[in-house]
Amino acid sequence: MNMNTILNRGALCAVTTLAAALLLAGCGKSGSDTGGSGKKTTVANIGSDTMVNLAAGWAEAYAAVDKTVLIEINGGGSGVGIKGLINGTAELANSSRHIEDKEVAELKEKRQVDSKEFLVAFDALSIYVHKDNPLNEITMEQLGDLYRSDGKITKWSELGVTAIPGAKGDEIIRVSRQNNSGTYEYFKEAVVGKKNEFKLGSLDMNGSKDVVELVGKTPNAIGYSGMGYANASVKMVKVAKKKGEPFVAPSIATTHDKTYPIARPMFFYTAGEPAPHVRKYIDWVLTDAGQKIVETTGYVPLPKK
Amino acid sequence: MSSPTTQRPSRSVLALFGERVIESLVYLCGISAIIFVFGIFFFVFKEGAPFLAKLDFAEFFFSKQWIPTSSVQPKYGIGALLVGTVSVTALAMLIAVPFGLGAAIFVSEFCTGKTKETLKIVIELLAAIPSVVWGFIGLSVMSPVIIAVFHVPVGVNLFNAALLLALMSVPIMVSIGEDALKAVPDSFREAAVALGATRWQMVYRVLIPAAKNGLLAAVLLGVGRAIGETMAVLMATGHAIKIPHSIFDPVRTLTATIAAELGETSQGSSHYQVLFLIGVVLFSITFVVNLLADLAVKGIKKQ
Repeated sequence: MNMNTILNRGALCAVTTLAAALLLAGCGKSGSDTGGSGKKTTVANIGSDTMVNLAAGWAEAYAAVDKTVLIEINGGGSGVGIKGLINGTAELANSSRHIEDKEVAELKEKRQVDSKEFLVAFDALSIYVHKDNPLNEITMEQLGDLYRSDGKITKWSELGVTAIPGAKGDEIIRVSRQNNSGTYEYFKEAVVGKKNEFKLGSLDMNGSKDVVELVGKTPNAIGYSGMGYANASVKMVKVAKKKGEPFVAPSIATTHDKTYPIARPMFFYTAGEPAPHVRKYIDWVLTDAGQKIVETTGYVPLPKK
Repeated sequence: MSSPTTQRPSRSVLALFGERVIESLVYLCGISAIIFVFGIFFFVFKEGAPFLAKLDFAEFFFSKQWIPTSSVQPKYGIGALLVGTVSVTALAMLIAVPFGLGAAIFVSEFCTGKTKETLKIVIELLAAIPSVVWGFIGLSVMSPVIIAVFHVPVGVNLFNAALLLALMSVPIMVSIGEDALKAVPDSFREAAVALGATRWQMVYRVLIPAAKNGLLAAVLLGVGRAIGETMAVLMATGHAIKIPHSIFDPVRTLTATIAAELGETSQGSSHYQVLFLIGVVLFSITFVVNLLADLAVKGIKKQ
């Protein structure tokens, strides 16, 4: 009887599946590419988790532009990146906020240099609903009430929407992101509030594209994701800062003129004047080729000059 | 080599040495599985262990508040996730067991020749579909169908994932169940037929009782497969932290939580350690299930 061997194989399978899941998940952390021989100058690029994908996209494309430089990306948060500049572990910090005065002072004290800021891209989140949903406008307060743990809104009728073609029941299906994505963090900061928590029970998707995909297939759903992920089965809702203020549609233009409320700039910071090879990298990021990557990773590029 | 007086064929030292090397290599391969299993368990436990001291066990197992990245007060309750894993697995087994064992009985007892071969190949093919593909089917094909057919607000839910898991665990149940039935000696069948039993009576009264341990092992291995599955449930359950009230509510499983969150968690943080503790919990669950299956098979051997 070969039952025992099958059984052992089965047991091993279960074990290795689990292990593989853990290992695979663990591998996602280092976004940098270390392939290739020869001497390369490495640039430690640390910071914002929101920008990790973008930074990795840039680094990957730049590897073909300048073969002598290797950009090593690490996340951890904007604060971690700037901290890295201060204690010298990072040459280039990614930050999705302005540097704080306190950090500038600390940098001055430790390294005797001023920080240098480079605006490299924008991040804007669109609110998506199913294309048949009659909802066109929403305020930040309503979004907060929908997503915050003590928020009261759970039904479409509470947003004034009564008949969504194809929807079953009145329940709002909230679509969100997994709790360590940069998008989740930014939405939390901008809509839910830093000191508040998300309402549990939302569908936490594992990618920006998945959010839009799911909303497109679920008439009852609402979700947030990068502006670049829109497709024909979803609709972007206009957002107002407050009740009574104008509703603004998400677009590259409204992001640039700061009228769209769920958008923010993203920066590179260096300690003092960047080294020539770092300067060359920053300049490349600001070219059309670099800004093209901003668009393909779902962020908003800088205004064309 | 019977008596000491006969001349043994002489072999070179190299050949003798070679044999020893090969022997120990085979031995190493044999025990490697054990080394790996313990190695993995040790690694997973080691990563999670530092948090054990800070862990509130009651909160960990019974709270449904899973807010590990809170900047105010992180909460590590896996209650809802445990319920999610158990409910998805249970519903999947409710669907898979009748189909799996039914198919095993049909393949082993009722069909012959070409039908049998074709069926076996097709069932094996079912096992070869990668789980991401299943997940994708759940997300983009079944989700709208479930909304339309069952009139529910969301299509990625407990039922969707359970259906996928059922389809994924049927092949393993069929092949092991069929082996168990094949292991029943033909004399049992001959005796049953000689007593005038119909085919169905033979299956129902003789074969199933005789093969019950093997069939149980088949079911338990199916359970193990369902609990450990990650990618498909990540995509098809809806991944929502929620105690389900109906089979059409979205849920979240332990495996999917690890897969979704570990990738971007900073190494050594509390969140990271708790995710590894979830790994330990999962490991323990699969270990118990596999142990039960093993004991069930041992039961067969005694008979």
